[in-house]
Amino acid sequence: MHYDRYSLGRRDWWARFGPTGYRFPEFEWKVKYHMSDSADTRVDELVDELIREHPPEETPVQEFWGAQYDKGLAWAWHPEGFGGLGLSRKHQTRINDRLTRSGASIENRYTNLLGIAMGAGVLDAHATDEQKRRWLRPMFTTEEIWCQMFSEPGAGSDVAGLATRATKDGEEWVVNGQKVWTTLAHIAKWGMLVARTDPQVPKHQGLTYFIVDMNSPGVEVRPLYQITGEAEFNEVFFDDARVPDGNRIDAVGAGWRVALTTLMNERVAIGGSTIPRESGYIGQAVEIWKASGERDPVLRDKLLQLWAEAEAARLTAARANEMASAGTPGPEGSTGKLAWASLNKEITSFTLDLMGLDGTLYPGGYELVRPQRFQVHEPQKAYLRTRANSIEGGTSEIMLNIVGERVLGLPGEPRVDKDLPWVEVPRG
Amino acid sequence: MKVTYARSEDQALIATTARQYLDENIGIDRVRELMMGEEGFERGLWKEMADLGWTGLAIAEEHGGAGLGPVELGVLLEEMGRLVTPGPFFASAVLATTTIQEIGTDVQHSELLPDLASGDVIATLAVFEDPRSWAHRKPETVATPAGDGWALNGRKRAVLDGHLADSLLVTAGAGDGVGVFVVDAGQPGVTIAQEPALDPTRRMATVILDGVELAPGARLGEGDVSNALDRAMDLAATALAAEQVGGAQSCMEMSVEYAKTRYQFGRPIGSYQAIKHRCANMLMKVEHARSAAYYAARVTDDVEELAVAAPLAASVASEAYAWVAGENIQVHGGIGFTWEHDAHIYLKRAKASSLILGSPRHHRDRLGETLGI
Repeated sequence: MHYDRYSLGRRDWWARFGPTGYRFPEFEWKVKYHMSDSADTRVDELVDELIREHPPEETPVQEFWGAQYDKGLAWAWHPEGFGGLGLSRKHQTRINDRLTRSGASIENRYTNLLGIAMGAGVLDAHATDEQKRRWLRPMFTTEEIWCQMFSEPGAGSDVAGLATRATKDGEEWVVNGQKVWTTLAHIAKWGMLVARTDPQVPKHQGLTYFIVDMNSPGVEVRPLYQITGEAEFNEVFFDDARVPDGNRIDAVGAGWRVALTTLMNERVAIGGSTIPRESGYIGQAVEIWKASGERDPVLRDKLLQLWAEAEAARLTAARANEMASAGTPGPEGSTGKLAWASLNKEITSFTLDLMGLDGTLYPGGYELVRPQRFQVHEPQKAYLRTRANSIEGGTSEIMLNIVGERVLGLPGEPRVDKDLPWVEVPRG
Repeated sequence: MKVTYARSEDQALIATTARQYLDENIGIDRVRELMMGEEGFERGLWKEMADLGWTGLAIAEEHGGAGLGPVELGVLLEEMGRLVTPGPFFASAVLATTTIQEIGTDVQHSELLPDLASGDVIATLAVFEDPRSWAHRKPETVATPAGDGWALNGRKRAVLDGHLADSLLVTAGAGDGVGVFVVDAGQPGVTIAQEPALDPTRRMATVILDGVELAPGARLGEGDVSNALDRAMDLAATALAAEQVGGAQSCMEMSVEYAKTRYQFGRPIGSYQAIKHRCANMLMKVEHARSAAYYAARVTDDVEELAVAAPLAASVASEAYAWVAGENIQVHGGIGFTWEHDAHIYLKRAKASSLILGSPRHHRDRLGETLGI
C-alpha cells in the first residue's frame, strides 16, 4: 500500500499545529554522509587544540564550554563566529564523540536542553546577528538556562490557539497571560515565548515570538504540583511583564513559523540506540513477579502478554532505527510513542496488582519535591507518572490522528476555526 | 541479537514476483472458487507453485531446492498471506518439509526432500490428538515393533490439508520416546477424513491409523525426537507468523481504502476519529507483528534465541491478525458481514491460523518457560 508519510517527527508538528491548506515546508533533512576529509581533519584538529589548551580535568566546566564555543565546536552547522564552523550536524556528532572520549563533559546539552537543542536552532534561523551574539555563548556555557513557553491551560493540543497577549507600548511589549508545563522555568534566565499580537486574524497569523527575561518584573514562576507529588514542570504567569522590542524574534506575526523551527530542532533520533530486552517497566514487573513467588496462571499470562507486547514494540523501534539509518524509513517509525504510552500505563498498573496490598503504599509520600533528572521511579510512583505518557508530547488521540492522516492518508476532520479571526473562535 | 531487516535484492524480487503471480494468476475470485470446491484446492495450481520454485524454496540445492532460508520463506509466505492463498503450501512446503529437515537423517533427506521440492509429493504433519492441547511430547498414538518394522495405531486431529496429502508424518510413542513416522496416505489401515473447516481455504482432516505396517526406515531420525520436533514447530510458527503479517496488512489496507471512499453524514468515514483511530491502531498492531515475525526469521540459527523469538512472533502475529481481521469487518459495517465481501475470508484464516500450531496463550506459556517466568 502507498503510505502518505513514512516517518513522523518534525512533520507531526506540522500536522498537529500547522495551518490547514499549507504544505509541509520541505526543508533539507537529509544528513550529508559524504563529508569531505578536509572538514573532518579540521574538526579533529580543533578538538585536539581545545583539549590541549583547556585540559578538561583542569578547566572549570563553564570555561571549557566557552572555549569550545569560541572554536566553533558548539553547533558545527552554525556560521563561524556563532559557535559553528559552517559544517553539518553530522560533524557535531563527531565532535561530541571525540570530546566524550577525551574526558570532556557534554552535560550542558542536557542541563540546558531546551536552549541548546531548540533555542539555538531558532536563533540560528531567525535572529539578528546582534541577538545571536547576546544569547548563544552564555546559553552554551549554561550560565543562562533557557525554557520554552508555548502550552497554555486553554491551548494544549491546539497550541496555535493560545491566548497570552502581547501589546505594543512604545519600544516595548506588554505581556499578559499564563503558560503551563514549562520545564526548567524555575531556573531559567531566558524563556522562548509565543504570544498573540493580533487577535483579529486567523490563529496562525496573529502570533509573535519573543525572548523573555524570566527575572523581569511581572513574570512569576510557580511549581506545577503533579499527581505524583513532584513538580517536574512550572506554571508561568505574566502580569504586565515588559519585553523590549529588541527581544522579538523575526517579524511581528511570524511567531508560528518561528515556533515550528523550535519544534523541528528537537533531536532527530536517527540511528539511536535501542533499549535492552526486558528493561524499563516490564523489567521491573518481571523482577517483582520472580521475587514474589507468585504462580497464579492468570497473572502469569497477563505478564507474558505485556512482555510480548513490550518486546514487539522494542523490536519495532530497532527495526525503525535501522530502516531510518539506511535512508528507507517506513511506517514502522510512526507508532512508537503511541505504543509505549499505553504499554507503560498497563505494565505499571499490572505491577501494582502483583504487589497486592503493598501496591496501596506510597513510600515517598506526596510532599512537593523537584525530581532529579533520569530518576528511576518505584512502582507506585511509576504507576502515577505513566498516566501522563498518553498526554505529554502529543496526546494519544492526537498521535492517532497524525498516524491516520499522515501515514495512512485518511481525511482530516473539518476545522471550524480555519478562516475565523482568532477572537471569534469559541474557546473554553 | 543484532539482525538486519532491510530486504536484499533477491528477497525483494521474491516478493515482487510472488505478488505478481498471485494477483494475476489466482486473485481473490479464484480463491473464492477454490474455497467452495470439495478439496479447496487444485493439483494444477500445485504444479505451478512447484514450477515457480516455491515448494523447494527452503530446501537445499543438493536435494533439488533453491537453498534459501527462513527469511526468504517468510517473504513468500507474507505475499501468500496477503491473498489468503488456498492450498497445502504451509502444510507441505513448510510444516512437513521443516519436520523432515530437522528430524530426518542425511539419507532420509536425500530420499524425501527431492519429491517435496519438485512438488511431486504433498506431505503434512499429523501431530495433534486432543483438541484442547498442543503438547506433542506424550502422543497416545503408538508405534509398536512388528516384524522388522512398526505397527502404527492411533487417531490424529486437525491434520492440515490431510485430505490432499500423499504422505503423512505421524508422531507416535515408540517405546524410547516420541518418533515421527513417514506414512503413505494410500497405505492399508490409513483413513483420512476431511472435516468441515472454519477456514475453507485451509482444510483440516482427521486421520485414523489402524494397524498400519511400516518398514524400519519409516521412522525419521533416531531415538526420541521431542526436542527436534519443538524446533521444527518453532520454525513453522515463525513462517506462519509471516503469513499472518501479510493477511493482517491486507485487512488494514481494505479498511483504510474503505474509510477513504465510504461517505456517511456527508463525510468520508475515515475523517471520523472513531474510524481513523481504529485504522491507526491496526497499523500499530501490524507493524508490531511484522517486527516480531521478521526478527524470528532472522535468528533461526540461534537455538536459544529462537526459543524466545518464535513463540513471541506466534503469539503477537496471531493476535494481531485476528484482531485486525475482526476490526476490518467493523469498519466496513453491514457490507463486511456479507458473504459477497472478502473480509470474512480473512477473518476465518486469521482465527484458524491463530490456533493451528497453538493458541496465543499456548505460545506465551512456552515463552514463559524459556524466560523463567
